[in-house]
Amino acid sequence: MDSEKRNQNYNMYVDAKLPKTKLFPSVAKAFLVGGLICCFGQLCLDLYAYWWPTLSEAELGTAMLSTIIFLTAILTGFGVFDWLGAFGGAGTVIPITGFANAIVSPSMEFKKEGIIFGICVKMFSIVGPVIVFGVVGSVAAGLIYLII
Amino acid sequence: MVSTNKQTVIFNNKPTIVGSYSIGGPLESKGPISDYLSYKLQDDKLNEDTFEKAERKLLEHIIFGAIDNAGLKLNDIDVLLGGDLLNQIVSSSFAARKFGITFIGLYSACATMAESLALGATLIDRQVFSKVCCATASHFSSAERQYRFPLELGNQRPPTSQWTVTGGGATILSARGDGPVITSATFGKVVDFGIKDVNNMGACMAPAAMDTIMTHLKGTNTKVEDYDLIATGDLGKLGSEILVDLLERKGIKLGQNYSDCGNLIYNKQEKVFMGGSGSGCSATVLNSYIMHKLLNGDFKKVLLVATGALLSTTTSQQGDSIPGIAHAVCIERSK
Repeated sequence: MDSEKRNQNYNMYVDAKLPKTKLFPSVAKAFLVGGLICCFGQLCLDLYAYWWPTLSEAELGTAMLSTIIFLTAILTGFGVFDWLGAFGGAGTVIPITGFANAIVSPSMEFKKEGIIFGICVKMFSIVGPVIVFGVVGSVAAGLIYLII
Repeated sequence: MVSTNKQTVIFNNKPTIVGSYSIGGPLESKGPISDYLSYKLQDDKLNEDTFEKAERKLLEHIIFGAIDNAGLKLNDIDVLLGGDLLNQIVSSSFAARKFGITFIGLYSACATMAESLALGATLIDRQVFSKVCCATASHFSSAERQYRFPLELGNQRPPTSQWTVTGGGATILSARGDGPVITSATFGKVVDFGIKDVNNMGACMAPAAMDTIMTHLKGTNTKVEDYDLIATGDLGKLGSEILVDLLERKGIKLGQNYSDCGNLIYNKQEKVFMGGSGSGCSATVLNSYIMHKLLNGDFKKVLLVATGALLSTTTSQQGDSIPGIAHAVCIERSK
């Protein structure tokens, strides 16, 4: 038996043996955690609108996002967020909490390698692609907007 | 005697294990091997400011402990054979910097402990050296840092992932003395069955374990039943199931005497997914549980088959498959 065929068979055999992630509990946990984060965001929005009636909707949104980013960074620093993320999965990744955690965690981790080569370089090691896609996407959107 | 299959070496001059020492991290100290550990860490940073320094200190502690356990002094040791998982095996070489003795750095990923024992026994058997210290360690946090994601990142681990052991062990081999004897060893070949999933190390390494076990049994003319324990290094739950299947297809049936160090080291309820891994995994289990059972007579003949996945983050990001290796050493209780 040639090795390519052997490897193909082995990969098929291993795939069949892989433990399956249980879909329903994962989705339920993600829904619960993600939903709670969004409820908290909505609570912030409503409270800020009540406290500062002069703020525009966009400004309220920014204040709410800053609050959530700030809290995520604090929770990451205290070592709580990795636990929450392991439990909630996509429920914590999809809201802006995932982005904030992905910036803070490598910054903490690589502090010992120095401010420039540690914190500043590694800070974007996980979120780098998100920023690249964001920038490229907005350029593309801008071009389309210009044409039509 | 020159090995007939170019892999298996039979030792006639009785390289003897005269001392051993093991350290387990906080999680390992709660596991089934807890009672057999020489030292249990409370603080996995060992009062150091980085995990890399902690791993280095762990190795220094293990090496000193083993030399002490053998009733020897540092300058009695002819050579230190050691390795770890960090890039450029810095933990071992930086630890060796402290000792000022001959150092041979080894790397076979998680198979390093068996590699060092096989090589150490060969050096003693062929009368190159008379006292050899074999030491290996790993650290969960330094390995995560190098291979995976930051510790505080809120990600989910895939169900096939394994947990790098914080801990390690050292064994002192001597040309003379009392203790269990290394009677044979098989140096492994690099085996690659084309698995690319970095989160499924068990599947990457199982074919290498199969290859080495078959070669060893043939080379030493022994059967599975001749051993009280056949222990693979860190195949984990899935990997050891695969190994049992693979060997069965080749007509070799592993029975009750088969275990995997990755399955032995943690309690079932711990969230370690498929079990322990890392170069410290087999080193810790060998120098605690297995050594204890060899000394008290529960085990008379043990085959340790430590397995390693020889990848780097670069090779896997470039889409290469993950080669595995397994080295085997047979340890027998002296009569």
